[in-house]
Amino acid sequence: MRNVFAKTVTELSDIYPELVMLAGDIGNRLFDSYKARHPDRFYNCGVAEANMTGVASGLAASGMRPITYTITPFNTVRCLEQIRLDICYPDLPVIVVGTGSGLSYAGLGATHHSMEDIAILRTLPNMHIVCPADPVEVRLALHDALRLGRPTYIRLGKKGEPVIHSSDPDFRIGRGITIRNGSDVAILGVGNMLATALQSAEQLNHHGVSAMVASLHTIKPLDEELLAGIFSLHKLVIVLEEHSLIGGAGSAVLEWGSLNRVDLRKLICFGGPDRFLYACGEQREARASVGLTSENISQQILSRLQEPDAPWS
Amino acid sequence: MINSTQLAARFRARVVEMSHAAGTAHLASSLSCMDIVAVLYHSVLRLDPLNPGWKDRDRFILSKGHAATALYAALAWKGFLTEEQLESYGRAGSLLEEHPSPKLEGVEAATGSLGHGLPCGCGIALAGHIKKEQYRTFVLMSDGECNEGSVWEASMFAAANRLGALCAFVDFNKWQATGRSREVLALDPLVDKFRAFGWEVHEIDGHDHQQILQSVQDVSPSRQKPTMVVAHTVKGKGVSFMEDDNNWHYRIPTAEEVQLAKAELGVL
Repeated sequence: MRNVFAKTVTELSDIYPELVMLAGDIGNRLFDSYKARHPDRFYNCGVAEANMTGVASGLAASGMRPITYTITPFNTVRCLEQIRLDICYPDLPVIVVGTGSGLSYAGLGATHHSMEDIAILRTLPNMHIVCPADPVEVRLALHDALRLGRPTYIRLGKKGEPVIHSSDPDFRIGRGITIRNGSDVAILGVGNMLATALQSAEQLNHHGVSAMVASLHTIKPLDEELLAGIFSLHKLVIVLEEHSLIGGAGSAVLEWGSLNRVDLRKLICFGGPDRFLYACGEQREARASVGLTSENISQQILSRLQEPDAPWS
Repeated sequence: MINSTQLAARFRARVVEMSHAAGTAHLASSLSCMDIVAVLYHSVLRLDPLNPGWKDRDRFILSKGHAATALYAALAWKGFLTEEQLESYGRAGSLLEEHPSPKLEGVEAATGSLGHGLPCGCGIALAGHIKKEQYRTFVLMSDGECNEGSVWEASMFAAANRLGALCAFVDFNKWQATGRSREVLALDPLVDKFRAFGWEVHEIDGHDHQQILQSVQDVSPSRQKPTMVVAHTVKGKGVSFMEDDNNWHYRIPTAEEVQLAKAELGVL
């Protein structure tokens, strides 16, 4: 995702003369092409995220279109008050990009994990939360965030995520993308969990369960039309996210469902636990340790479908 | 035309009245920085109240947002706010809150949480640098505010990026909310600190209008260093029974005290 991010901002900087990249002392060589083309619009702000975020607000207030970029926890919770007061309060067009979200940097330890960012940032008024699922969505999300011109948080994985979209889907912030149709259950993949969602659907298919899969790339604002449709048509609605179960996409769906009186017994949320992860291991092992594998997910869906007191029986 | 000294006295009387009428704190903080605010709005800032978003305007950020009444008095005098708006300060439904709101014309940044104005000012100055514009950016901080790490992050950023069109003031009144600012944290030597951080530093009497004016005369996009003005001030300046008495960080003047203050200020 991050290579596509760098490539896309380089292309967009040609289209938007106001675009300014602010990086928190990361991405060595990643932005060489950008810097070569627009040396006056790239600033390494050092290891000082509070200032970087404030600088972005000043740029945006002066007609520029800044993008802040560093490792997710440092670009979100580290400088939360700057995001809240400098960007969201005056409703300025700043794009905050976190790279290495969720458990992408599992091996680096909990300092570099980011399992709370969606929960925290989505409470901020005016903020938009976008979690692209693959490199294609990263590119499209950046285009759409610039079109939107509002405070927007884009949550990236790291490099090497598989391409899911074989062609460009119709991408709009706030509107989910249906990837595969299915009639029994609906699986909403958030960000880099979309690949796992598709694997789960494939496994369910082997057991005779038809699963619809959508990319729920925007957590705020939620795609209410999509949610209303799947809650009325499907037996189960599953939310998969590489984020804490507290306050993330699943919680957002719960809040929406409670307000709209849908049958929330249909909802199953998969995410991280309310504890730090201490053990060594890369993303794959970390996900397995918290149950974020397609095998576990499809098994739990099958079990739920067989429960005698299910809302559809 | 009124001179900046007369204007500062008039502003001081106004903020004393506002604190009393609205029952709001931080009066002494407004009084200490009033000469800086008066000189900037009287003689320095290039502004057009009929066109608040004018792209070439100088920018002023009151980073010590708790001194909002000082800013409101100046904005009203300059014509950004009507007298009716100023009268509404602190009343339910008014946009004139106890800290400056981004919804108000003439307010460049939402402040009130300390340590936000200088980073934001860096961004505004950087935008001017990128677009090769001639405006200047002024930020007014408190000494207590220099406790915030973001002030020092921004200080390094401004020097690294040679933001010559950026000028910051420290209203060095020697107090913060609960104690002497030199004692709460090791603030001294403040001038040396900013000099070591790469700024052009002026140390002045923050109540001497000529010194305030001189300290900002070289601020320009063509300069290679940002300018820091460490302005020695007295908290509560201009009202004898408030001067250097930190109880007035929170105290609200009575009607009688308002009259006494106005008499001292020669504004009746």
